[in-house]
Amino acid sequence: MSKLAKALLSRPEISALVMLLVVVTGFAVYAPQFISTGNTRVILFAVPELGILALGTGILMIAGEFDLSVGSVFALVPMVIVILMGKLGIDPALAICLGLLVAILVGYLNGWITLTFGIPSFVTTLGMLFIARSIATVLSGGFPPPFPANTPTGLFVADLGLFRSSMLWFLAFIVLLGVMLHRTNLGNWIYATGGQRQAADDMGIDTRRVKLFCFMLCSFLAGFAGMITTFRLRSALPSLGEGLELQAIAANVIGGTALTGGIGSVAGFVIGTFLIRVIDNGLVMARIDANWFRLAIGTLTILAVILNITLRRKARAMRG
Amino acid sequence: MALEEHVQPKESFVRPSADALIRCERIEKWYGSVHALTGVDFHCERNEVVGLVGDNGAGKSTLIKILSGAERHDGGKIFVEGREVRFRSPKDAMALGIETIYQYTAMVPHMSIARNIFIGREPLKWSLGGLGWMDLRKMADHAINSLTNIDLRTRSPDTPVEELSGGQRQAVAIARAMYFKSKVLILDEPTNHLSVKETNKVLDFVAALRDQGITSVFISHNLHHIHPIADRIVAMARGEKIADIRKADITVEQMTAMIV
Repeated sequence: MSKLAKALLSRPEISALVMLLVVVTGFAVYAPQFISTGNTRVILFAVPELGILALGTGILMIAGEFDLSVGSVFALVPMVIVILMGKLGIDPALAICLGLLVAILVGYLNGWITLTFGIPSFVTTLGMLFIARSIATVLSGGFPPPFPANTPTGLFVADLGLFRSSMLWFLAFIVLLGVMLHRTNLGNWIYATGGQRQAADDMGIDTRRVKLFCFMLCSFLAGFAGMITTFRLRSALPSLGEGLELQAIAANVIGGTALTGGIGSVAGFVIGTFLIRVIDNGLVMARIDANWFRLAIGTLTILAVILNITLRRKARAMRG
Repeated sequence: MALEEHVQPKESFVRPSADALIRCERIEKWYGSVHALTGVDFHCERNEVVGLVGDNGAGKSTLIKILSGAERHDGGKIFVEGREVRFRSPKDAMALGIETIYQYTAMVPHMSIARNIFIGREPLKWSLGGLGWMDLRKMADHAINSLTNIDLRTRSPDTPVEELSGGQRQAVAIARAMYFKSKVLILDEPTNHLSVKETNKVLDFVAALRDQGITSVFISHNLHHIHPIADRIVAMARGEKIADIRKADITVEQMTAMIV
């Protein structure tokens, strides 16, 4: 029994899951239309876009680094794709590949600058937040570029009833990255790199490469998520994703990821994302002023961290 | 006593045998304009416990960083089992059976014992280009074996290392080196900040290594820890080797006078 209690206490995503159930139950009681099919659709439509983003920022956070530029990459990448397709007439598949290549390049730059000059990634990616946003705005010329009709939006955002095809991409990324993080040796290296970089170095792990990979993965996923949102809106907005980087990081933290690195799980990222999206939607359904959204997320983030730290201490104190 | 009496003449330093496991000749290391190692000879034989002593800044850490592949030497030669080597990373040294346990950073605190034992050397069910699926079962089984070897059988291999005491962490690190059949184990201040009881336990483990045919290099500034278990003591000061002497030929008091 105490073994089970200890196992539960030391898994922070469990407390996030309990919070999610409480919040869902609360909204369902307070505003019954919250659990209607129509509203479930609305929530499930919105989850993958933040979720894919949070997978990237979360894995990078486990490796011990931040990416604040994901919100800007979220706008830049689809801007590049739409301009390549619409203005230059490039084949959509090629345009998407090139756009995602831009994302990977931004991630590489973030990582290369951070690791080469030994500066905090907080600073590098804060700079990149402005740079990428600026380029997206300049590229657009101030107006959203024409959205080409031959864009394969169906592949990414087709309405499948309860959810869009973006949910399938999200699920695919969850499985793929979940396996990578929790079952492969690369995942072990990511945890070791973020948990105690010197120890990982001493055991012969190329921690620089591990971090660089996580930066590139994070940026790639941000670009991918931005593309999905853009295809859903059928318009590439230069202001897309402003402030989203903080929501992604909040989703990670609520899901039990430690800012100091080495702790976190894909399940936690997903639960954190659901919590944020459910609160966002639930406040509206409960006819509460939507401006309370940020207050709710902020409170939740702080509470989640306090709870996780307390639980971890409790778990450590238990023998087993 | 005159100062000369405390200094061992270079001619009487213990010399390596033809069969030495590790032999370093005139190793030099510069950090910018600081000459951290000024041509150090060092060796260890098979089945030997070498105590490496010296004050802070004497160059012991630099020397072991070079031997463990973490740093590259600027001059001199290193031979392992008679063959000259140049380590480019800790992996190179580990591949030749030289494993180093650092004082504070031997383990990743949040990771489980099983995962810690296998960092960088995870057993894989299948792999592609060096990346692949970890054999978690095998990792857990071997971790249980290792824990039994070091009298920690009450601990689950899933326990995070942060729940272990300092001495237990050293023990797990030693078990890791034993599991991977290291030939030489370099221990960086393994008894620092440990209780007397835990210190004795770690010393027992090091003594047991010799019985298993593993050579160890034991770094400490506490001669009372080194003297009981070392076969030979090497002392360093200001980037130089100032003594290399069989334990039987010197007392702790003489040794203290020499390095202070």
